Amino acid sequence: MVLTVKAVTKSFPAADGDVPVLRGVSLSLDRGETLALTGESGSGKSTLLHLIGGLDRVDSGSITVGGREITKMNDTERAALRRSDVGVIFQQFNLIPSITVEANIAFQARLAGGFDADQAGRLSKALGLTEHLNKYPEALSGGQQQRVAIARTLTARPKLVLADEPTGNLDEATASEVLGQMLRLVRETGAALLIVTHSQSVARRMSRRVNLSQGHVV
Amino acid sequence: MIPTALTALLSHWRCNGLQFFAMIAGLALATALWSGVQAINAEARASYDAAAATLGEGQFDQLLPRTGDVIDQSTYIELRRAGWQVSPVLEGRLRTEAGSVRLVGLDPLTAPGTIAPVGMQEDANFDDFLTRGVLFAASDVAESLAATVTQRVIVDPSIAPGVALSDIGVAQTLLSAERTLSRLIIASAQPIGLPALSEVAPSLVRQPAQDTGADRLTDSFHLNLTAFGLLSFAVGIFIVHGTISLAFEQRRSMVRTLRALGVPINLLIAMMISELIAFALIAGGIGVAIGYVIAAALLPNVAATLQGLYGASVAGTLELRPEWWLSGMAIAVLGTGLAAAGALWKIAQMPLLASARPRAWAVASGGTAWRLGAIAALLFVVGIGIAIWGQGLTLAFALLACVLIGAALILPLVLHGAVGFANQRARAAMWQWFWADTRQQVPGMSLALMALLLATAANVGVSTMVSSFRVTFVDFLDQRLAPELFIRVEDEALSLELEAILLTQAREVLPLLSTETEIAGVPTDLFGVRVGPTYRENWLFLEETPNVWDRVEDGRAVVVSEQLARRADLWTGDRLVIAPNLMLPIAAIVADYGNPLGQALISEAVFHELYPDLVPMSFGVRSDDPTALRDRLTTEYGVPETAITDQSRIKAFSLGVFERTFTVTGALNILTLAVAAFAILMSLLTLASIRVPQLAPAWALGLTRRKLGQLELIRAVVLAMVTTLLAIPLGLMLAWVLLSYVNVEAFGWKLPMYLFPGHYALLTLFALLAAAFAALWPAIRLARTPPSNLLKVFANDR
Repeated sequence: MVLTVKAVTKSFPAADGDVPVLRGVSLSLDRGETLALTGESGSGKSTLLHLIGGLDRVDSGSITVGGREITKMNDTERAALRRSDVGVIFQQFNLIPSITVEANIAFQARLAGGFDADQAGRLSKALGLTEHLNKYPEALSGGQQQRVAIARTLTARPKLVLADEPTGNLDEATASEVLGQMLRLVRETGAALLIVTHSQSVARRMSRRVNLSQGHVV
Repeated sequence: MIPTALTALLSHWRCNGLQFFAMIAGLALATALWSGVQAINAEARASYDAAAATLGEGQFDQLLPRTGDVIDQSTYIELRRAGWQVSPVLEGRLRTEAGSVRLVGLDPLTAPGTIAPVGMQEDANFDDFLTRGVLFAASDVAESLAATVTQRVIVDPSIAPGVALSDIGVAQTLLSAERTLSRLIIASAQPIGLPALSEVAPSLVRQPAQDTGADRLTDSFHLNLTAFGLLSFAVGIFIVHGTISLAFEQRRSMVRTLRALGVPINLLIAMMISELIAFALIAGGIGVAIGYVIAAALLPNVAATLQGLYGASVAGTLELRPEWWLSGMAIAVLGTGLAAAGALWKIAQMPLLASARPRAWAVASGGTAWRLGAIAALLFVVGIGIAIWGQGLTLAFALLACVLIGAALILPLVLHGAVGFANQRARAAMWQWFWADTRQQVPGMSLALMALLLATAANVGVSTMVSSFRVTFVDFLDQRLAPELFIRVEDEALSLELEAILLTQAREVLPLLSTETEIAGVPTDLFGVRVGPTYRENWLFLEETPNVWDRVEDGRAVVVSEQLARRADLWTGDRLVIAPNLMLPIAAIVADYGNPLGQALISEAVFHELYPDLVPMSFGVRSDDPTALRDRLTTEYGVPETAITDQSRIKAFSLGVFERTFTVTGALNILTLAVAAFAILMSLLTLASIRVPQLAPAWALGLTRRKLGQLELIRAVVLAMVTTLLAIPLGLMLAWVLLSYVNVEAFGWKLPMYLFPGHYALLTLFALLAAAFAALWPAIRLARTPPSNLLKVFANDR
């Protein structure tokens, strides 16, 4: 298994006490699998994605990525895991505005110490970014920026790709096209994909689907 | 990983070149002003040290003549025979083509070891020094001596500026002062059972080491300079703090992304610290270089000031001394650390999933202003406490710091209040938006405006002090330089003859009769005055008792200078021991500016009783027609032209020395104001980049870009005006502290404070012009912002 989530709970402090967001969530994901995590707003989708990506800590339960239990890791170890095994695609793209598109695409792979220029070139071509490589992110449209974010993640060849509403900011046609490219490339690299989405059409294109409601898998 | 992450971090500066420039320039300017001042101080201290090392000044007790300035060589021989371990020194001015040199003759056989003046360089040896005669001097002095003396002159950079050293025998020959000495240096170790000085040499007085008034005064002068340098540095650090805060806010999203992609926060912080240290070293290097230029430009004036006011010689050329350039680099790093500490702490504490949007740096709530206001109130309370109970120069500066920092911290609250008040009064929609928008700008502009506040207040304060000093000093010169002519005699024997002539020719003759002595433990010039209309009509007192001059004339009272009174802790009515058998009440306190020694005035008759051998070597002469008198004296009585000096020349010279004294502070004033204008410019330019989302809606609703540009300009001027209005009372308070506390502690005199409304109006105009000038470029840039940039605000993909 690339990903195993067991009985994970998480709550956040609020004025009137802690608010539980995840109440014992368990799921797993194998190599090459794609999974849509759906649910109403506030159901804990993004929180779960952040926990899996090592961006936040669980209250209880365990999460294992590539055979390593991240819930027992410290900040530095989790950062190392994100560099090498996990790629996160954010809804807001989170590109680095002060470096070029080409440098952005290469960035995570370089951080992990495994940059493959041919791979980056192929991904850029596949995502239609070749002519934009020397531009800065602000010169690109939202769809193009999302493609750069996808290329950045896949160039690093992570075992697990986490995507938080990756097409949420895009129009329907662009979203469909970007998603198609992402699925194809994930298949080619053999990674597992977990995608958080509200969109039924996006969810239908995944091999599995898990629905969260009030912090439980339903 | 590190190179990749570092490249990303540094790329921020590549895309924000202006921000980078603001940070480097701010830090460089701050360092420049600080290291410039430190360079001047280091050079002056090196000169004092050289003087102390070569002349024994400040290191050893010395024996000086009780009256006059000459010791007979036989007195020295008697002291040596009695067992006193003393070493003779002869000093005098040796005329050269380029002016004159202070020639110091030492006896290397008896001089204490640490004085050992000269590093034997070239092929000079001890025999040369004693027999053939060799002079040692720094290169510039050696050059001027070469054409004057027949002895060989060896260049030795360790010799104090303006001084040449030789064996005492050689000096006696060159100065035509056979068998005479100026002072005797007392070695630290003396045999037990020495006869008392009063038995062996009653004509000499022992002066303890470190008891020169000039030491205290030069220290105060350097402390003043350091305080100004620190103030300038603080103004520069405001710029750096503003820039770093903004840069770090803008990089929050990058930091979040880097962390999300797997860069540990500790590594990021370490990289940011390294980055800042590198920038600090670059800016520090530039700053030190600029500081060198500033110091080199100001040093001649400082040297003239120290020579003119305190008689301390300082080299007029600057050396690259490690102590000041290293301190410049250190303070650049320290200042950067200070400016960045808060921003780094925020980044370190920022949760990974925190909002990545540049936070409310520019639109922070008024809560911060209230918190700063509370700290300011606390500082004011501490300041009031110091003003009431504090004593000493350090506390006087602490009082200044409390007042200045407190005022800077309360500024945002004052601006909030002023803008809020204007907002309430505004009726038109545009002006309501303008004031509301201005209120949002206050936190972002605060640091730059604080810099303007400090710079303007310092300008008002220092210029008020200097101008008050000038008014007082001119009055003082009119009082002291009442005689139209001053006539000098070269030979004591001619003194009586000249006085007899003058008495027949002039309206009033004032013999200038004085000697250096010690009164109430304070080195003092004791004057014997011929009381007449000049003293009675011209001299003004700070404090007096009835019939001052009558009592002085009758030998029943003494007039003392403010310095002597304050240092001896005496005032009018107190009795003062003038000499072993003479105790007189103080009839009045008189001001005396620029003199490190105390002064005491007794009648001419009493003076003659105390010092029967002393005759006046110069006279002040009152005449209704000084030109005719001058002509008669030179043509009929053969008085040399060079022996007569007219009052206007002395006054012009004295005012010249005075004007140079404050050239340094004047220059620092202008530089500080320029730095403040630069701070405003940089704030506006950096703010402009994050202002577009606030301006775009106003543009979309019908305000033209040109109008928006004009409003930006008005905003800067309005904020600067409120700041300047606060700066003027603050500056006056600063002047009051300088005049009433710092001057008394540092110089021993208190000055009356005068107000100069015209100057303040002009300064206000300058400050507004500086703000308008600084805002001009950002306003023009805004007026020319492409509509596409404004439209991006409304696009989803921004």
